[in-house]
Amino acid sequence: MDAMINRNWLMQIKEYLPGLCFFKPFVFLLCLVPFAFYVSGALNQQLGPNPVEAMIRGFGDWGIYFLLIGLSISPARKIFKLNWLIQYRRMIGLFAFFYVCIHFASYIWFEQFFDVQEIIKDIIKRPFITIGFVCFLMLLPLAITSTNGMMRRLKKNWLRLHKLVYPISILALLHYFMMTRADYLVPGFLLLVLSVLLAYRIVRSIKSH
Amino acid sequence: MSLIIKTSRTHNFEQGIKSSEITAESAYLNRREFIKQSGLLAGAAWAGGLSLPAQADNSAYANDFKDLIKTPYGQGESLTSFKDATSYNNFYEFGTGKKDPAANAQQFVTDPWSITVEGEANKTGTFHLEDILKHAQMEERIYRFRCVEAWSMTVPWVGFSLADMLKRFDPTSKAKYVEFETLYDPKQMPGQKRRVLDWPYRDGLRMDEAMNPLCFMAVGLYGRDLPNQNGAPIRLVVPWKYGFKNVKSIVKIKFTEHQPVCTWNTTAPKEYGFYSNVNPSVDHPRWSQATERKLGANFWEPKTKTQMFNGYGEQVAHLYKDMDLTKYF
Repeated sequence: MDAMINRNWLMQIKEYLPGLCFFKPFVFLLCLVPFAFYVSGALNQQLGPNPVEAMIRGFGDWGIYFLLIGLSISPARKIFKLNWLIQYRRMIGLFAFFYVCIHFASYIWFEQFFDVQEIIKDIIKRPFITIGFVCFLMLLPLAITSTNGMMRRLKKNWLRLHKLVYPISILALLHYFMMTRADYLVPGFLLLVLSVLLAYRIVRSIKSH
Repeated sequence: MSLIIKTSRTHNFEQGIKSSEITAESAYLNRREFIKQSGLLAGAAWAGGLSLPAQADNSAYANDFKDLIKTPYGQGESLTSFKDATSYNNFYEFGTGKKDPAANAQQFVTDPWSITVEGEANKTGTFHLEDILKHAQMEERIYRFRCVEAWSMTVPWVGFSLADMLKRFDPTSKAKYVEFETLYDPKQMPGQKRRVLDWPYRDGLRMDEAMNPLCFMAVGLYGRDLPNQNGAPIRLVVPWKYGFKNVKSIVKIKFTEHQPVCTWNTTAPKEYGFYSNVNPSVDHPRWSQATERKLGANFWEPKTKTQMFNGYGEQVAHLYKDMDLTKYF
Protein backbone atom coordinates (compact mmCIF):
# COMPACT_ATOMS: atom_id res chain seq x y z
CA MET A 1 0.00 0.00 0.00
CA ASP A 2 2.64 2.45 1.14
CA ALA A 3 4.68 1.70 -1.87
CA MET A 4 1.66 2.34 -4.06
CA ILE A 5 1.00 5.69 -2.44
CA ASN A 6 4.65 6.62 -2.66
CA ARG A 7 4.70 5.72 -6.26
CA ASN A 8 1.62 7.75 -6.90
CA TRP A 9 3.11 10.70 -5.17
CA LEU A 10 6.30 10.39 -7.16
CA MET A 11 4.32 10.01 -10.36
CA GLN A 12 2.39 13.14 -9.54
CA ILE A 13 5.58 15.11 -9.06
CA LYS A 14 6.93 13.69 -12.26
CA GLU A 15 3.81 14.60 -14.14
CA TYR A 16 2.73 17.88 -12.65
CA LEU A 17 5.75 19.66 -11.27
CA PRO A 18 7.19 20.46 -14.69
CA GLY A 19 3.73 21.56 -15.77
CA LEU A 20 3.59 24.27 -13.14
CA CYS A 21 3.97 27.68 -14.66
CA PHE A 22 6.89 28.71 -12.47
CA PHE A 23 9.02 25.66 -13.17
CA LYS A 24 10.59 26.67 -16.45
CA PRO A 25 11.51 30.19 -15.32
CA PHE A 26 12.92 28.61 -12.17
CA VAL A 27 15.20 26.34 -14.20
CA PHE A 28 16.15 29.32 -16.33
CA LEU A 29 17.23 31.32 -13.27
CA LEU A 30 19.07 28.31 -11.90
CA CYS A 31 21.12 28.19 -15.08
CA LEU A 32 22.09 31.81 -14.53
CA VAL A 33 23.48 31.16 -11.04
CA PRO A 34 27.07 30.45 -12.19
CA PHE A 35 27.00 33.60 -14.30
CA ALA A 36 25.77 35.65 -11.34
CA PHE A 37 28.40 34.05 -9.12
CA TYR A 38 31.29 35.15 -11.32
CA VAL A 39 29.91 38.59 -12.10
CA SER A 40 29.23 39.41 -8.46
CA GLY A 41 32.57 37.84 -7.51
CA ALA A 42 34.31 40.11 -9.98
CA LEU A 43 32.48 43.20 -8.77
CA ASN A 44 33.13 42.40 -5.10
CA GLN A 45 36.71 41.24 -5.69
CA GLN A 46 36.01 37.76 -4.40
CA LEU A 47 37.48 35.72 -7.21
CA GLY A 48 40.88 35.46 -5.54
CA PRO A 49 44.27 36.83 -6.47
CA ASN A 50 43.84 36.00 -10.17
CA PRO A 51 40.21 36.90 -10.93
CA VAL A 52 40.60 36.97 -14.70
CA GLU A 53 41.80 33.38 -14.78
CA ALA A 54 39.05 32.34 -12.36
CA MET A 55 36.37 33.92 -14.54
CA ILE A 56 37.61 32.66 -17.91
CA ARG A 57 38.05 29.11 -16.60
CA GLY A 58 34.79 29.22 -14.66
CA PHE A 59 32.76 30.15 -17.74
CA GLY A 60 34.59 27.54 -19.81
CA ASP A 61 33.86 24.87 -17.21
CA TRP A 62 30.17 25.74 -17.26
CA GLY A 63 30.09 25.67 -21.04
CA ILE A 64 31.24 22.05 -20.85
CA TYR A 65 28.89 21.20 -17.97
CA PHE A 66 25.91 22.48 -19.93
CA LEU A 67 26.97 20.58 -23.03
CA LEU A 68 27.05 17.40 -20.94
CA ILE A 69 23.75 18.21 -19.21
CA GLY A 70 22.24 18.82 -22.64
CA LEU A 71 23.52 15.47 -23.86
CA SER A 72 22.03 13.73 -20.80
CA ILE A 73 18.51 14.91 -21.48
CA SER A 74 17.55 12.41 -24.16
CA PRO A 75 18.96 9.37 -22.32
CA ALA A 76 17.39 10.50 -19.02
CA ARG A 77 14.08 11.06 -20.76
CA LYS A 78 14.06 7.59 -22.24
CA ILE A 79 15.49 5.71 -19.25
CA PHE A 80 13.33 7.40 -16.59
CA LYS A 81 10.37 7.96 -18.92
CA LEU A 82 10.34 11.68 -18.25
CA ASN A 83 8.98 12.98 -21.49
CA TRP A 84 8.69 16.56 -20.32
CA LEU A 85 12.48 16.76 -20.04
CA ILE A 86 12.58 17.36 -23.78
CA GLN A 87 11.15 20.83 -23.19
CA TYR A 88 14.39 21.78 -21.48
CA ARG A 89 16.83 20.57 -24.09
CA ARG A 90 16.82 23.74 -26.14
CA MET A 91 17.21 25.93 -23.09
CA ILE A 92 20.14 23.90 -21.78
CA GLY A 93 21.77 23.88 -25.20
CA LEU A 94 21.42 27.63 -25.48
CA PHE A 95 22.92 28.02 -22.02
CA ALA A 96 25.90 25.95 -23.15
CA PHE A 97 26.24 28.41 -26.03
CA PHE A 98 25.82 31.33 -23.63
CA TYR A 99 28.63 30.15 -21.34
CA VAL A 100 30.92 29.42 -24.28
CA CYS A 101 30.20 32.93 -25.59
CA ILE A 102 31.03 34.66 -22.32
CA HIS A 103 34.05 32.36 -21.90
CA PHE A 104 35.32 33.60 -25.27
CA ALA A 105 34.21 37.18 -24.59
CA SER A 106 36.02 37.34 -21.25
CA TYR A 107 39.15 36.02 -22.98
CA ILE A 108 38.82 38.75 -25.65
CA TRP A 109 38.14 41.43 -23.09
CA PHE A 110 40.18 40.69 -19.98
CA GLU A 111 42.92 38.48 -21.37
CA GLN A 112 43.59 40.31 -24.65
CA PHE A 113 41.88 43.68 -24.14
CA PHE A 114 40.38 43.55 -27.64
CA ASP A 115 43.79 43.31 -29.33
CA VAL A 116 42.47 41.69 -32.50
CA GLN A 117 45.93 40.93 -33.91
CA GLU A 118 46.99 39.17 -30.71
CA ILE A 119 43.75 37.21 -30.65
CA ILE A 120 44.16 36.04 -34.24
CA LYS A 121 47.79 35.13 -33.57
CA ASP A 122 46.77 33.19 -30.47
CA ILE A 123 44.04 31.31 -32.33
CA ILE A 124 46.41 30.33 -35.14
CA LYS A 125 49.47 29.58 -33.03
CA ARG A 126 48.04 27.71 -30.06
CA PRO A 127 46.26 24.47 -30.89
CA PHE A 128 44.13 24.41 -27.73
CA ILE A 129 42.83 27.89 -28.52
CA THR A 130 42.29 26.91 -32.16
CA ILE A 131 40.16 24.00 -31.01
CA GLY A 132 38.23 26.16 -28.56
CA PHE A 133 37.53 28.64 -31.33
CA VAL A 134 36.36 25.88 -33.66
CA CYS A 135 33.92 24.75 -30.96
CA PHE A 136 32.55 28.26 -30.77
CA LEU A 137 32.14 28.44 -34.55
CA MET A 138 30.42 25.07 -34.68
CA LEU A 139 28.00 26.13 -31.95
CA LEU A 140 26.91 29.21 -33.91
CA PRO A 141 24.72 27.42 -36.50
CA LEU A 142 23.15 25.35 -33.73
CA ALA A 143 22.20 28.45 -31.77
CA ILE A 144 20.90 30.23 -34.88
CA THR A 145 18.74 27.26 -35.90
CA SER A 146 17.33 26.68 -32.43
CA THR A 147 14.04 28.48 -33.10
CA ASN A 148 10.76 26.72 -33.91
CA GLY A 149 10.66 28.42 -37.30
CA MET A 150 14.11 27.12 -38.19
CA MET A 151 13.19 23.66 -37.00
CA ARG A 152 10.20 23.64 -39.36
CA ARG A 153 12.12 25.04 -42.27
CA LEU A 154 15.05 22.65 -42.02
CA LYS A 155 12.88 19.56 -41.47
CA LYS A 156 15.04 16.43 -41.47
CA ASN A 157 18.20 18.45 -41.95
CA TRP A 158 17.66 20.08 -38.58
CA LEU A 159 18.36 16.82 -36.79
CA ARG A 160 21.31 16.13 -39.03
CA LEU A 161 22.76 19.58 -38.35
CA HIS A 162 22.29 19.30 -34.62
CA LYS A 163 24.30 16.09 -34.50
CA LEU A 164 27.21 18.55 -34.57
CA VAL A 165 26.85 18.66 -30.82
CA TYR A 166 28.73 15.35 -30.61
CA PRO A 167 31.95 16.51 -32.27
CA ILE A 168 31.61 19.85 -30.43
CA SER A 169 31.55 18.08 -27.06
CA ILE A 170 34.54 15.93 -27.96
CA LEU A 171 36.51 18.98 -29.12
CA ALA A 172 35.51 20.96 -26.05
CA LEU A 173 36.97 18.25 -23.82
CA LEU A 174 40.07 18.05 -25.99
CA HIS A 175 40.41 21.81 -25.47
CA TYR A 176 40.25 21.22 -21.71
CA PHE A 177 42.77 18.35 -21.82
CA MET A 178 45.20 20.39 -23.89
CA MET A 179 45.30 23.29 -21.47
CA THR A 180 45.82 21.04 -18.45
CA ARG A 181 49.33 20.95 -16.99
CA ALA A 182 49.52 17.70 -15.09
CA ASP A 183 46.38 16.84 -13.17
CA TYR A 184 43.87 15.13 -15.48
CA LEU A 185 41.41 14.13 -12.78
CA VAL A 186 38.66 16.64 -13.58
CA PRO A 187 38.84 16.52 -17.39
CA GLY A 188 39.22 12.73 -17.07
CA PHE A 189 35.98 12.54 -15.11
CA LEU A 190 34.19 14.73 -17.67
CA LEU A 191 35.52 12.51 -20.44
CA LEU A 192 34.10 9.49 -18.65
CA VAL A 193 30.69 11.15 -18.47
CA LEU A 194 30.83 12.09 -22.15
CA SER A 195 31.91 8.56 -23.08
CA VAL A 196 28.92 7.06 -21.29
CA LEU A 197 26.56 9.51 -23.00
CA LEU A 198 28.00 8.79 -26.43
CA ALA A 199 28.13 5.03 -25.82
CA TYR A 200 24.43 5.09 -24.97
CA ARG A 201 23.68 6.57 -28.37
CA ILE A 202 25.92 4.15 -30.21
CA VAL A 203 24.31 1.17 -28.48
CA ARG A 204 20.81 2.47 -29.27
CA SER A 205 21.55 3.09 -32.90
CA ILE A 206 23.03 -0.42 -33.25
CA LYS A 207 19.97 -1.93 -31.55
CA SER A 208 17.52 -0.05 -33.76
CA HIS A 209 19.13 -1.37 -36.94
CA MET B 1 86.99 26.01 10.15
CA SER B 2 84.22 23.56 10.24
CA LEU B 3 81.03 25.49 10.16
CA ILE B 4 78.53 22.72 9.90
CA ILE B 5 78.09 20.33 12.76
CA LYS B 6 77.03 16.88 11.80
CA THR B 7 74.30 16.07 14.23
CA SER B 8 71.83 13.37 13.42
CA ARG B 9 74.05 10.40 14.12
CA THR B 10 76.12 11.88 16.93
CA HIS B 11 73.00 12.97 18.68
CA ASN B 12 71.57 9.47 18.66
CA PHE B 13 74.87 8.07 19.80
CA GLU B 14 75.28 10.43 22.72
CA GLN B 15 71.80 10.50 24.10
CA GLY B 16 70.25 7.33 22.83
CA ILE B 17 67.12 9.02 21.58
CA LYS B 18 65.85 9.58 18.11
CA SER B 19 65.89 13.07 16.80
CA SER B 20 62.14 12.85 16.33
CA GLU B 21 61.73 12.41 20.08
CA ILE B 22 63.16 15.80 20.88
CA THR B 23 60.21 17.91 21.88
CA ALA B 24 59.04 20.07 19.12
CA GLU B 25 58.81 23.13 21.32
CA SER B 26 62.41 23.18 22.45
CA ALA B 27 63.61 22.64 18.94
CA TYR B 28 61.34 25.38 17.80
CA LEU B 29 62.60 27.81 20.41
CA ASN B 30 66.17 26.87 19.64
CA ARG B 31 65.69 27.58 16.01
CA ARG B 32 64.02 30.85 16.82
CA GLU B 33 66.96 31.75 19.05
CA PHE B 34 69.45 30.96 16.30
CA ILE B 35 67.55 33.07 13.86
CA LYS B 36 67.41 35.96 16.29
CA GLN B 37 71.12 35.76 17.00
CA SER B 38 72.13 35.55 13.40
CA GLY B 39 69.81 38.42 12.65
CA LEU B 40 71.44 40.45 15.38
CA LEU B 41 74.94 39.76 14.13
CA ALA B 42 74.00 40.48 10.59
CA GLY B 43 72.22 43.64 11.67
CA ALA B 44 75.38 44.89 13.31
CA ALA B 45 77.37 44.07 10.22
CA TRP B 46 75.06 46.10 8.04
CA ALA B 47 76.60 49.52 8.42
CA GLY B 48 74.10 52.30 8.46
CA GLY B 49 71.24 49.84 8.94
CA LEU B 50 69.10 50.69 5.93
CA SER B 51 65.53 50.87 7.00
CA LEU B 52 63.38 51.02 3.96
CA PRO B 53 59.69 50.48 4.41
CA ALA B 54 57.82 48.13 2.15
CA GLN B 55 55.40 49.65 -0.29
CA ALA B 56 52.20 48.03 0.80
CA ASP B 57 50.56 45.69 3.22
CA ASN B 58 52.60 46.81 6.21
CA SER B 59 49.88 45.47 8.44
CA ALA B 60 50.75 41.94 7.35
CA TYR B 61 54.32 42.29 8.51
CA ALA B 62 55.38 40.40 11.60
CA ASN B 63 58.59 40.45 13.55
CA ASP B 64 59.35 36.76 13.75
CA PHE B 65 62.94 37.62 12.87
CA LYS B 66 64.35 40.20 15.18
CA ASP B 67 66.83 42.72 13.83
CA LEU B 68 66.49 41.34 10.37
CA ILE B 69 68.65 43.21 7.88
CA LYS B 70 66.73 44.89 5.14
CA THR B 71 68.66 44.78 1.91
CA PRO B 72 68.39 47.10 -1.08
CA TYR B 73 66.99 44.23 -3.19
CA GLY B 74 63.66 45.19 -4.66
CA GLN B 75 63.20 48.40 -2.73
CA GLY B 76 60.57 50.51 -4.42
CA GLU B 77 58.69 47.52 -5.82
CA SER B 78 55.07 47.32 -4.86
CA LEU B 79 54.45 44.13 -2.95
CA THR B 80 51.87 41.44 -3.55
CA SER B 81 49.62 41.32 -0.51
CA PHE B 82 50.43 38.73 2.13
CA LYS B 83 47.02 37.20 1.58
CA ASP B 84 47.46 36.78 -2.16
CA ALA B 85 51.03 35.50 -1.85
CA THR B 86 49.91 32.86 0.64
CA SER B 87 46.56 31.79 -0.84
CA TYR B 88 47.41 31.29 -4.52
CA ASN B 89 50.16 28.70 -4.68
CA ASN B 90 51.43 25.92 -6.87
CA PHE B 91 52.54 23.23 -4.45
CA TYR B 92 51.21 20.01 -5.99
CA GLU B 93 52.26 18.00 -2.94
CA PHE B 94 49.21 19.55 -1.28
CA GLY B 95 46.89 19.44 -4.29
CA THR B 96 46.87 20.88 -7.79
CA GLY B 97 44.37 23.67 -7.21
CA LYS B 98 45.74 27.10 -6.39
CA LYS B 99 43.88 27.17 -3.07
CA ASP B 100 44.74 23.57 -2.14
CA PRO B 101 48.14 24.21 -0.54
CA ALA B 102 46.77 26.85 1.84
CA ALA B 103 43.89 24.51 2.72
CA ASN B 104 45.83 21.26 3.03
CA ALA B 105 49.22 22.26 4.39
CA GLN B 106 48.17 23.65 7.75
CA GLN B 107 48.96 20.48 9.71
CA PHE B 108 52.25 19.92 7.92
CA VAL B 109 55.02 19.29 10.48
CA THR B 110 58.17 21.22 9.66
CA ASP B 111 59.92 20.87 12.97
CA PRO B 112 62.12 18.92 13.53
CA TRP B 113 63.54 19.13 10.01
CA SER B 114 66.77 17.90 8.55
CA ILE B 115 68.48 18.13 5.20
CA THR B 116 70.63 15.42 3.69
CA VAL B 117 73.63 16.58 1.70
CA GLU B 118 75.04 14.08 -0.79
CA GLY B 119 77.30 13.72 -3.77
CA GLU B 120 80.35 15.63 -4.88
CA ALA B 121 81.14 17.48 -1.67
CA ASN B 122 83.45 16.95 1.27
CA LYS B 123 80.98 17.72 4.04
CA THR B 124 78.07 15.44 3.33
CA GLY B 125 75.61 13.96 5.78
CA THR B 126 72.32 14.75 7.42
CA PHE B 127 72.06 18.08 9.16
CA HIS B 128 69.46 19.50 11.47
CA LEU B 129 67.94 22.62 10.03
CA GLU B 130 68.99 24.56 13.14
CA ASP B 131 72.60 23.75 12.44
CA ILE B 132 72.31 25.09 8.95
CA LEU B 133 70.44 28.18 10.04
CA LYS B 134 72.77 29.15 12.83
CA HIS B 135 75.43 30.13 10.33
CA ALA B 136 73.05 32.06 8.18
CA GLN B 137 72.92 35.81 7.89
CA MET B 138 69.21 36.42 7.87
CA GLU B 139 68.17 39.16 5.52
CA GLU B 140 65.09 40.38 3.73
CA ARG B 141 65.07 40.57 -0.03
CA ILE B 142 62.19 41.72 -2.16
CA TYR B 143 62.16 39.67 -5.35
CA ARG B 144 59.87 39.49 -8.31
CA PHE B 145 58.51 35.97 -8.80
CA ARG B 146 57.34 34.86 -12.25
CA CYS B 147 55.43 31.62 -12.63
CA VAL B 148 55.67 29.68 -15.89
CA GLU B 149 51.86 29.96 -16.02
CA ALA B 150 52.24 33.70 -16.73
CA TRP B 151 51.26 35.11 -13.35
CA SER B 152 53.64 36.93 -11.06
CA MET B 153 54.05 38.36 -7.60
CA THR B 154 56.54 40.40 -5.62
CA VAL B 155 57.48 38.97 -2.26
CA PRO B 156 59.59 40.17 0.67
CA TRP B 157 61.45 36.94 1.42
CA VAL B 158 63.45 36.29 4.57
CA GLY B 159 66.43 34.01 4.23
CA PHE B 160 70.08 33.84 3.34
CA SER B 161 72.43 33.43 0.43
CA LEU B 162 72.40 29.98 -1.18
CA ALA B 163 76.06 30.33 -2.15
CA ASP B 164 77.10 30.87 1.47
CA MET B 165 75.34 27.69 2.48
CA LEU B 166 76.66 25.59 -0.40
CA LYS B 167 80.24 26.67 0.27
CA ARG B 168 80.02 25.27 3.77
CA PHE B 169 79.39 21.82 2.32
CA ASP B 170 82.68 22.19 0.47
CA PRO B 171 81.71 20.93 -2.97
CA THR B 172 84.50 19.22 -4.93
CA SER B 173 85.69 20.19 -8.39
CA LYS B 174 83.41 17.47 -9.78
CA ALA B 175 80.33 19.29 -8.55
CA LYS B 176 78.97 20.81 -11.76
CA TYR B 177 75.33 20.88 -10.72
CA VAL B 178 73.31 20.96 -7.55
CA GLU B 179 69.99 19.21 -7.15
CA PHE B 180 67.27 19.99 -4.61
CA GLU B 181 64.58 17.60 -3.48
CA THR B 182 61.26 18.15 -1.72
CA LEU B 183 60.05 15.89 1.07
CA TYR B 184 58.13 12.79 0.00
CA ASP B 185 55.56 11.98 2.67
CA PRO B 186 52.10 11.11 1.30
CA LYS B 187 50.70 10.90 4.84
CA GLN B 188 51.35 14.57 5.31
CA MET B 189 51.23 15.63 1.71
CA PRO B 190 47.87 14.44 0.35
CA GLY B 191 48.71 15.52 -3.21
CA GLN B 192 51.38 12.81 -3.33
CA LYS B 193 48.74 10.08 -3.02
CA ARG B 194 48.20 10.42 -6.74
CA ARG B 195 51.05 10.31 -9.21
CA VAL B 196 50.33 13.68 -10.74
CA LEU B 197 54.10 14.20 -10.89
CA ASP B 198 57.00 11.83 -10.48
CA TRP B 199 57.54 12.28 -6.73
CA PRO B 200 59.66 13.34 -5.00
CA TYR B 201 59.79 16.74 -6.63
CA ARG B 202 63.28 17.57 -7.85
CA ASP B 203 64.95 20.39 -9.66
CA GLY B 204 68.42 21.80 -9.94
CA LEU B 205 70.85 24.44 -11.05
CA ARG B 206 74.19 24.60 -12.75
CA MET B 207 76.84 25.25 -10.10
CA ASP B 208 77.71 28.72 -11.39
CA GLU B 209 74.01 29.62 -11.35
CA ALA B 210 73.66 28.36 -7.81
CA MET B 211 76.68 30.39 -6.67
CA ASN B 212 75.20 33.59 -8.09
CA PRO B 213 74.55 36.02 -5.24
CA LEU B 214 70.88 36.35 -6.21
CA CYS B 215 70.09 32.73 -5.28
CA PHE B 216 68.35 32.67 -1.97
CA MET B 217 67.24 30.13 0.60
CA ALA B 218 64.01 31.45 2.07
CA VAL B 219 62.74 30.57 5.53
CA GLY B 220 60.22 33.36 5.78
CA LEU B 221 58.21 36.03 4.05
CA TYR B 222 56.69 39.27 5.25
CA GLY B 223 58.84 39.03 8.37
CA ARG B 224 57.13 35.78 9.34
CA ASP B 225 58.15 32.17 9.35
CA LEU B 226 57.50 30.72 5.92
CA PRO B 227 53.86 29.59 5.74
CA ASN B 228 53.60 25.87 4.99
CA GLN B 229 51.91 26.49 1.65
CA ASN B 230 54.88 28.55 0.53
CA GLY B 231 57.38 25.73 1.11
CA ALA B 232 58.14 25.67 4.82
CA PRO B 233 60.49 25.32 6.48
CA ILE B 234 63.02 26.12 3.80
CA ARG B 235 62.81 26.69 0.07
CA LEU B 236 64.84 27.91 -2.85
CA VAL B 237 64.23 31.28 -4.53
CA VAL B 238 65.91 31.91 -7.89
CA PRO B 239 64.26 35.10 -9.09
CA TRP B 240 65.34 35.06 -12.74
CA LYS B 241 63.87 31.62 -13.37
CA TYR B 242 60.28 30.40 -13.57
CA GLY B 243 58.73 29.64 -10.22
CA PHE B 244 58.82 25.85 -10.48
CA LYS B 245 62.62 25.91 -10.25
CA ASN B 246 62.24 27.12 -6.66
CA VAL B 247 62.09 23.78 -4.88
CA LYS B 248 60.02 23.89 -1.68
CA SER B 249 60.30 22.04 1.65
CA ILE B 250 63.80 20.87 0.83
CA VAL B 251 65.07 17.64 2.43
CA LYS B 252 67.96 16.84 0.13
CA ILE B 253 70.75 18.70 -1.60
CA LYS B 254 72.91 16.72 -3.98
CA PHE B 255 76.02 17.85 -5.81
CA THR B 256 76.37 16.10 -9.15
CA GLU B 257 78.68 15.94 -12.11
CA HIS B 258 75.82 15.57 -14.58
CA GLN B 259 72.70 17.58 -15.15
CA PRO B 260 70.17 16.42 -12.58
CA VAL B 261 66.76 14.98 -13.32
CA CYS B 262 64.15 17.72 -12.89
CA THR B 263 60.53 16.82 -12.28
CA TRP B 264 58.76 19.20 -14.68
CA ASN B 265 61.49 18.79 -17.27
CA THR B 266 60.98 15.01 -17.36
CA THR B 267 57.18 15.37 -17.24
CA ALA B 268 57.07 17.58 -20.35
CA PRO B 269 60.55 18.27 -21.79
CA LYS B 270 59.20 20.38 -24.64
CA GLU B 271 57.43 22.70 -22.22
CA TYR B 272 59.81 23.02 -19.29
CA GLY B 273 63.52 23.20 -20.00
CA PHE B 274 66.33 22.61 -17.53
CA TYR B 275 67.24 26.31 -17.52
CA SER B 276 63.73 27.78 -17.51
CA ASN B 277 65.01 31.32 -17.38
CA VAL B 278 62.24 33.88 -17.58
CA ASN B 279 62.26 34.84 -21.24
CA PRO B 280 59.46 36.83 -22.89
CA SER B 281 60.63 35.87 -26.37
CA VAL B 282 60.50 32.10 -25.87
CA ASP B 283 56.87 31.10 -25.52
CA HIS B 284 55.61 28.12 -23.66
CA PRO B 285 54.23 25.89 -26.44
CA ARG B 286 50.72 26.46 -25.14
CA TRP B 287 50.78 30.09 -24.11
CA SER B 288 52.71 33.30 -24.57
CA GLN B 289 55.37 34.33 -22.07
CA ALA B 290 55.48 37.92 -23.33
CA THR B 291 53.24 39.24 -20.59
CA GLU B 292 52.23 38.31 -17.09
CA ARG B 293 49.29 38.88 -14.79
CA LYS B 294 50.24 40.31 -11.39
CA LEU B 295 48.43 38.66 -8.52
CA GLY B 296 45.91 41.01 -7.02
CA ALA B 297 45.78 43.09 -10.19
CA ASN B 298 42.54 44.89 -10.76
CA PHE B 299 40.19 43.28 -13.23
CA TRP B 300 40.68 46.13 -15.68
CA GLU B 301 44.42 46.41 -15.30
CA PRO B 302 46.30 45.40 -18.42
CA LYS B 303 48.87 42.64 -18.15
CA THR B 304 52.47 43.54 -17.35
CA LYS B 305 55.24 43.03 -19.90
CA THR B 306 57.56 40.23 -18.83
CA GLN B 307 61.22 41.19 -18.64
CA MET B 308 64.16 39.12 -19.86
CA PHE B 309 65.57 37.17 -16.89
CA ASN B 310 62.63 38.66 -14.99
CA GLY B 311 64.54 41.96 -14.91
CA TYR B 312 67.67 40.46 -13.33
CA GLY B 313 69.71 40.40 -16.55
CA GLU B 314 72.42 42.65 -15.22
CA GLN B 315 73.26 40.13 -12.54
CA VAL B 316 72.81 36.89 -14.50
CA ALA B 317 72.96 37.40 -18.27
CA HIS B 318 76.71 36.62 -18.28
CA LEU B 319 75.93 33.07 -17.13
CA TYR B 320 74.34 32.37 -20.51
CA LYS B 321 76.49 34.23 -23.01
CA ASP B 322 77.16 32.21 -26.17
CA MET B 323 74.16 30.03 -25.32
CA ASP B 324 71.20 29.78 -27.68
CA LEU B 325 68.39 30.44 -25.24
CA THR B 326 65.74 29.25 -27.66
CA LYS B 327 67.45 25.86 -27.60
CA TYR B 328 68.43 25.90 -23.92
CA PHE B 329 65.13 27.31 -22.71
